[in-house]
Amino acid sequence: MLDNKELQHLRQMAAVIRSNIIEMIPPGKVGHLGGSSSVADILSVLYFHRMRGLDPASPHNPDRDRLVFSKGHAVLAQYAALVELGYFPRSELKKVKTLDGLLQGHPDIDRTPGIEAVTGSLGQGLSICCGMAMALRLDKSPAKVFCIAGDGELAEGQIWEAAMAAPVYNLDNLCLFVDLNGVQATGPTKDVFPITHIPAKFRSFGWNVIEIDGHSIEAIDAALDLADSTKGVPTCIVAKTVKGKGFPFAEGNAAFHNAALNEEQYAECCRIVNEMKKETGYEG
Amino acid sequence: MKGEKASLRKAYGDSLVALGKKDNDIVVLEADLGKSTMSIEFGKEFPERYFQMGIAEQDMVSVAAGLALTGKKPFLSTFAVFASGRPYDQIRSSVAIPSLPVVICGSSAGLSDFGDGKTHQSIDDIAIMRVLPHMTVLSPCDAVETEKMMEALSKGIGGPAYLRINRNDLPLLTDPEEPYQIGKMNMMRDGSDAVVFATGVMVSRSLEAAEELGRKGISVRVVNVSTIKPLSREDLLRYSDGMKAIVTAEEHSIIGGLGGAVCEALSETGKRIGIIGINDEFGRSAAGYEELLDVYGLTATHVCSKVIEMLG
Repeated sequence: MLDNKELQHLRQMAAVIRSNIIEMIPPGKVGHLGGSSSVADILSVLYFHRMRGLDPASPHNPDRDRLVFSKGHAVLAQYAALVELGYFPRSELKKVKTLDGLLQGHPDIDRTPGIEAVTGSLGQGLSICCGMAMALRLDKSPAKVFCIAGDGELAEGQIWEAAMAAPVYNLDNLCLFVDLNGVQATGPTKDVFPITHIPAKFRSFGWNVIEIDGHSIEAIDAALDLADSTKGVPTCIVAKTVKGKGFPFAEGNAAFHNAALNEEQYAECCRIVNEMKKETGYEG
Repeated sequence: MKGEKASLRKAYGDSLVALGKKDNDIVVLEADLGKSTMSIEFGKEFPERYFQMGIAEQDMVSVAAGLALTGKKPFLSTFAVFASGRPYDQIRSSVAIPSLPVVICGSSAGLSDFGDGKTHQSIDDIAIMRVLPHMTVLSPCDAVETEKMMEALSKGIGGPAYLRINRNDLPLLTDPEEPYQIGKMNMMRDGSDAVVFATGVMVSRSLEAAEELGRKGISVRVVNVSTIKPLSREDLLRYSDGMKAIVTAEEHSIIGGLGGAVCEALSETGKRIGIIGINDEFGRSAAGYEELLDVYGLTATHVCSKVIEMLG
């Protein structure tokens, strides 16, 4: 259970993540606003409360918890959190997706400290996380592996190969979040390619499945407690989210899957994130 | 003993066991073909480090990436077609882009799975592995060379490797005592008229051809190119220097394999190069390996003809 102070801190950090995302996509610069802002609350809980062993001075500490974005296109959210943890200077945010920048269009371990795997070609991250969890098990490490997949991404067959493999190897040190934001690149998933019964699918594959509101800090944290106490099987947290959460004109709107904001929209986003920070009492 | 036939697959399996005894970080992954690739030997010895991934090659490759990212040295094996083409994007994205130390063993490569036919015969694996940045491509000619490659790979080469293994026993040609180095070509027989750059099963066939041509008064040098990438341009120039004909020989498509690599490397030299390989077609089932190699033009006789043709 989070106390009030922790809860407030994590709400603040979620606001900061959304603010940093906006900072990376000034008017005219294309970026994945929708799928990045839908995972901001999950990232706040993971990076600023749950994950152990994170140290920018020693990013390869063997016993660190790992977080892999299988939905690599939402990496702006990860950059937004990593910069707050001190993995790279703030000046990098404006240089995202430029030749001189550390921050690539998709996760890249060679260039970006704090990134754990190369993803972006969808469907591969969960398998990579299985491999990490298997290695940590061999090493008797207490570290955990967290993976975030998109709901549209679940159409990739490899996801289900990994979903079969993880329970075979009893990977209870693995926790998958499905960011169930209901919208993929070309429209609502229910129209583009409906993937129904996601919790039941994972349950039938042998996973411990928890369904939550993916924007409730308390629910995310409580689900992670449940994941920790579940032994012998991996956990899948199906997090119901809103694509573009926090930015009304982008919420649930496939047009902002990967798009550039105009001046007016950008100004609106800046106003919103400042408001969010103020509301949560953020004074950074 | 040189000249005797030995199994490259057995060399692979035995090497895994021997190396696994010395190095706890070696882990092995399989996709239900471990009896054939002989990785199962490792599984008997080290069950906790042997991961049966089911018939799911794409998952297997990315899982290997995750193991490598967490300090392990993964070796994965399956048939060459399923080790290269099927999980191509997983190799590209999960493994090759971050240059992870994953060894991908493409077993039963080329036409060597003679009975199973075109779906199981890899005529394109060298081409598709060779085009990937960071990837090393190895193609041993015998069991001894396979063991030496495994030893070298186990020490780490700073990136991924594709190891192409024949299903059938092949004549022992290389010297167990001779030091081995990835990237170096080895002259198996010297000659002064023509040079054949050969890989895999075609090394022994090219040596037979050189013997035959020798009887006709044509002196042929045979070079074993067991590292197809990085291809040593220096060795290519050295061994082809002064030769009246250059021929390449491989059990692979004439597109994108050893022949293609040699042409790329020598493209600015003006040298003419004759390529022996599979002529832009898929394989087929046959009752035996030899007759299949014959149908696809991969015998000593074909090497002889090509050398004579190139000598004009």
